[in-house]
Amino acid sequence: MAVHADSTASLPVVPVAAVKVRKPRGPLAMGFIRTAANPVGMFGMIILAVLVLTALFAPVLAPYDPLLQHPGLELSGPSRTFPLGTDELGRDILSRLIYGARPSLLVAVMVVAMAGGLGIFSGLLAGFLGGWIDTVLMRLFDALLAFPAILLGFAVVAILGPGTTQVAYAIAFATLPGLARVTRALVLRERNRDYILAARSMGASGGRVMFKHVLPNSLPPLFVNLALLMGFSILAEAALAFLGLGTRPPLPSWGAMLNESRTYLRVAPWLAISPGAALAFLLLGLNYLADALRDAFDPRRINAGL
Amino acid sequence: MGVYLIRRVLQGIPVIVLSTIMVFVVIHLIPGDPAQVLAGADASASYLASIRHSMGLDQPLPVQYLIWVKHILRGDLGVSTQGQTVAFLLEARVPATLELAGAAMALSLLISIPLGVLAAAVNGTKADWLISTIQSIWLAIPNFFLGILFVILFALILRWLPPGGRTADGRDIGGSVKSLILPSVSLALGLSAFLSRFVKFNMLEVLYDDFVRTARAKGLRSRRVIFGHALRNAMLPVITILGLQFAGLLGGQVVIETVFSWPGIGGLLLDAIGGRDYPVVEAGLLFLVLLIIAVNILVDLTYGFIDPRTRLSDAR
Repeated sequence: MAVHADSTASLPVVPVAAVKVRKPRGPLAMGFIRTAANPVGMFGMIILAVLVLTALFAPVLAPYDPLLQHPGLELSGPSRTFPLGTDELGRDILSRLIYGARPSLLVAVMVVAMAGGLGIFSGLLAGFLGGWIDTVLMRLFDALLAFPAILLGFAVVAILGPGTTQVAYAIAFATLPGLARVTRALVLRERNRDYILAARSMGASGGRVMFKHVLPNSLPPLFVNLALLMGFSILAEAALAFLGLGTRPPLPSWGAMLNESRTYLRVAPWLAISPGAALAFLLLGLNYLADALRDAFDPRRINAGL
Repeated sequence: MGVYLIRRVLQGIPVIVLSTIMVFVVIHLIPGDPAQVLAGADASASYLASIRHSMGLDQPLPVQYLIWVKHILRGDLGVSTQGQTVAFLLEARVPATLELAGAAMALSLLISIPLGVLAAAVNGTKADWLISTIQSIWLAIPNFFLGILFVILFALILRWLPPGGRTADGRDIGGSVKSLILPSVSLALGLSAFLSRFVKFNMLEVLYDDFVRTARAKGLRSRRVIFGHALRNAMLPVITILGLQFAGLLGGQVVIETVFSWPGIGGLLLDAIGGRDYPVVEAGLLFLVLLIIAVNILVDLTYGFIDPRTRLSDAR
C-alpha cells in the first residue's frame, strides 16, 4: 500500500490502531448476552450447569457407590455420614441423588437432539417447500398431536420395553410434532420476506436459501421451545420412571426414587423430599431460562430498548 | 346453533378414524405373537394356525382393522388375558377417572380465573410480581411430588384426609369428597398455575381494546367492565387452551392415580402394559383418546355459544 502511505504522509496521522472498531455482534450472540444479563436467565443457566456438572462428575462428587448397601443402616435419617439419609436397602440417598442426575440429563439431551433436530428439519421442509410434503407431514403430526404425550410415551414404551433410552425415544416421538408445527409457522413467516426474495434473485439455490437464510432467522424463538422441551422431557422421564416404565432399578433415577419412597412415607419422609426437590429446582431453572430467552429474543422488547 | 353442532361433530369423525388407526397400528407394532401367548410356547404348528385363524390374525392388516372396528362399534372390546371382558374392566374404572378429571378441571378454573383477573388488575405492581413468582414455583413442582407432599402433610401428619383410595359409597358423601380432595387438588394446582397466566395475558390484551374504553366511558362501574365485558372476551382463548390442556391433564392423571391408588383407567392401563394385556391397552388408549376428542368438540361448542361470530362464520 505504498501509494496510500505517500498520500497521507503530509496529513496529520490518525493512529488507526487507537480507534477500536468493535466488530458488531450478531443477533444470536446479543440474544444470549441479554439472557445471561437477566438475573432470572442467569439462575436458569446456573441450575442447568449444576445438572450437567453433577451428571458428568457423579463418580467424583458422590460420597458412596449409589448401589452399595449398608446393612443395619436401612432407612436412617439424615446424619453426618449420610447427609440425606439412607433408603430401605441402606443405600446413601445423596449418592443416589447425584447419580440420578444422569438419566435426567441423558434423556433431556437425547430428546432435544432427536425431537429438536427432526422436528425443526421437518417443520422447515414443510414450511419452505409447501405442497404435498407439507400436507402429508402436517396431517401426520395432527394425528399424533391428538394423543396426549404421556400416552404416546406409554405406547412407545409398550413397544420398546422400559429403560432410559427407550423413554427418550418415546418422549422425542411424542414431542416432535409440536416442535415441527412451531417451526413451520416461523418458516412461513420468514419465507416471503424481502431478504429471501433478494437472496433468490441473486441466484441462491433452494437449499442455500433454506439453510443459510430461512433457518437462522427462524431459530431464535425456537430456543425458547428447546428450553421448554428440555424441562418437559426431564419431567416426563421422571413421571415414566415413577410409573416404573423408565430407568430400571437398581440404577438410581429421581422418578424411581420418588416411587420407591411411597412405601416408607410414614417412617422415612426424607426419601421423597430430596429427589422431588431436585426435580422441582431443575424444572424451575429451565422454566426461568425459557422466560429469559423469550424476553431476550423478543424483537418488540429489543426495539423498545428493554 | 343446530347446524353448527352437527357440523362440528361431523368434523370430529376423521380425527376419530385416524386415532383408531393409530391405536391399532401401535398395538400391532408390539413385538410378540398373541396367538403364541394364548397357545403356549410348545404348541404345535397346526394348533397355532387354528388359533391364529380363530383370532383373525391370518387376515391382511386392513381387514383385521375393519373387523376390529366392527367389534368396537358393536360394543365388543374383546377379552382380557386375565379372562374378564374388557368392557367390564373399563366400566368399573371409567366413573373414577371421569370424576377425578372433572373435579380437577373445575377446581383449576375456580382458582385460575379469579387469580388471572387479579394479576391483570394489579399488573406491574409488587403483588403481580409475587403472584407470578408463586406461579413459576407451582409450575415447576411435578404433580406427583406435590401429591406425595400432600400425603405426608394432610394424611400422615395432620390426619385430616385419607392418603389414597376412593370412597364411592352413595351414602357416604363426606367420605367421597374427602377421598377426592387430595388427588384433584394435586392435579388442579399445576394446571391452574398455567391457566391463570394465560387468563392474565388475555385480560391484559382485552383491557386496552376500544370496547372496554367505551364501556368505561359509558360510566359503567369497574367491576362491571372487568367481569361483564373484558372477562367474557378474554375467556375465548382460555377455553380453547383448556381443551388443549385436557389431554395433558389426563396424562398427568395417570400418574396422580398411581400416587393416590385411585381406581381409574390409568392404573388399569399401566398394569395392562406391564402384563402385556393388549386388548386392555388397546381399549384403554382408545377410551382416553375418544374422551379427549369429545372434550375438544365440547370446547368448540362452548366457543360458538360464547362468541356468536364463530358459528356464523362457520355456517357461511
